[in-house]
Amino acid sequence: MEQAISKKRTLKKIISYAPIYLMMLPGLAYLFINNYMPLPGLVVAFKDYNAKKGIYGSDWAGFKNFTYLFKTDDAWIITRNTILYNLAFIVINTALAIIVAIILSELAAKRLKKFTQSAILLPYLISSVIISYLVFAFLSSENGFVNNTLLPLLGITPKNWYAEPKYWPFILIFVNAWKSVGYNCIIYLATIIGIDREYYEAASIDGATKMQQIRHITLPLIVPVVTMLTLMAIGRIFYSDFGLFYQVPQNQGALYSTTNTIDTYVYRGLLQQSNISMSSAAGVYQSIVGFILVLGSNLIVRKFNKENALF
Amino acid sequence: MKTREEKVFQAVGAIFMIILAAVALIPIILLVIASFTSNNAIVQNGYSFIPKEWSLEAYEYMFLSSNKIIKAYGVSFFITAVGTVCSLVITTMLAYGLSKRDLPGRGFITFYIVFTMLFNGGLVPTYLMYTGIFNIKNTIWALLIPNLLMNAYNIMLAKSYFVTSVPNEILEAAKIDGAGEFRIFVRIAVPIAKPIIATIGMFVGIAYWNDWNNGFIYLTTNTDLYSIQNLLNRMIQNIQFLTQNSAGISQAQQGLAQIPASSVRMAMAVMGILPIVLIYPFIQNNFVKGITLGGVKG
Repeated sequence: MEQAISKKRTLKKIISYAPIYLMMLPGLAYLFINNYMPLPGLVVAFKDYNAKKGIYGSDWAGFKNFTYLFKTDDAWIITRNTILYNLAFIVINTALAIIVAIILSELAAKRLKKFTQSAILLPYLISSVIISYLVFAFLSSENGFVNNTLLPLLGITPKNWYAEPKYWPFILIFVNAWKSVGYNCIIYLATIIGIDREYYEAASIDGATKMQQIRHITLPLIVPVVTMLTLMAIGRIFYSDFGLFYQVPQNQGALYSTTNTIDTYVYRGLLQQSNISMSSAAGVYQSIVGFILVLGSNLIVRKFNKENALF
Repeated sequence: MKTREEKVFQAVGAIFMIILAAVALIPIILLVIASFTSNNAIVQNGYSFIPKEWSLEAYEYMFLSSNKIIKAYGVSFFITAVGTVCSLVITTMLAYGLSKRDLPGRGFITFYIVFTMLFNGGLVPTYLMYTGIFNIKNTIWALLIPNLLMNAYNIMLAKSYFVTSVPNEILEAAKIDGAGEFRIFVRIAVPIAKPIIATIGMFVGIAYWNDWNNGFIYLTTNTDLYSIQNLLNRMIQNIQFLTQNSAGISQAQQGLAQIPASSVRMAMAVMGILPIVLIYPFIQNNFVKGITLGGVKG
């Protein structure tokens, strides 16, 4: 009897919320289409894909696509590149963002502070296609600023930048830092501004120098945020910025050894070489390892601070 | 009273910031100068901060000799406007519902949304689904729908704003006065949530304006639908194709002569950045606030 009443009550409640559900429907439907409907398509990685037969009509291939993929050098190269670039980005971007945030927070020249903040955030808003044009203006072997003006000035012979893979780790790390330092320092800056000024006043009365204040007050107090952001970044270590790795090296084959990541490999397999089976195997590999890493990093973040975890 | 140490810190800090700001802006300045350089000067001396010969030829060519660029600009503005509006409507409606604490099924719906942040099928299944089932290849839908229309981060951002800043008492009072849920949402919740809606709208708008990925993947034959980003992208590809696949140098040069010259390319890139730079002073504060709100999750 009681159960029936409570059931009735729930039903009534659901009905009273009908307009709300209706409002939520378009968004939920979009997520269903964009994020859930593709999931069954993951089986294509286990198929011998034939466009005529479609995903589900194609013959099963078991783990053949994966064995092929991991037999090639590509699997190793793309995994190595993706992880090493991300590690370099995490270390360099974090260090740079913290330094910039600390200086910005202490800078007495307010106009310079405002100007710098505006200037360094702007690159973040530029599309990777246009970033590739900017890089090209510097590095083009015929017309680039570096080859035509900078290197002759230093007495160094011009280099064919788009044909020499060894320079690209530095170029890409630089471009990435250039693009994201303004964005990355925002959260650190907000954290530092949130620190109680009394700590600094007390320290300064006790005769602590600026560097000592930074070392013993600012840095310890931003450690939790640094830890959190780093953990989140490690969770995404299997994903790369497709625009950065595809557009900026201008998809030059000669540079693949140092510019190919999982994302660019999957794309090239899909559209350029029409090698859907191999490409989807790499995609599944990324989805699964990526999922484990995101999940793991989130569980750790949750232990520190529930608010900051994704779930 | 300033100590010597403080003075040194301020001086070093100021110099470092000036260098940083310069490094951030110099590439953009070079791009702008290159677009105002005569093509001959670029061919002779390369892209330079102090061109041998200034010229407006790139812009004249762009606006007078070709309607491709204006068309692509139109496409970019169209998808940015339509995409942002649609995105805001479905995102805020979903987030508003999610902010109702006693909504039956709230836990499941939250999981349904958060899961999309943790796991996704990736490019291949998404591509096969959109082209196979929805046939969006070479249609305007390809620029509007895949991935850009809504994402879980923005839903969560809007949801927490509704939870913390829209007082439940006001909503309840309106309900007692007999206002319907949709009316309450439009008349009360949305006006209060304006700041977060503006922030999300800006994130989404920039993403649409800058997107080249969807056009790149789905617009294979219908180049009429190219946005400015796709047009810029196509130009790089064409040049590579010619330099890599032409039988001889003369053939490559013949092909290259057909493509807008070096200065025109840079002028087009300038046009691609221009709207962002123009609205930048107005959106910057909002943008920074949005990132801080999204906090660690952003």
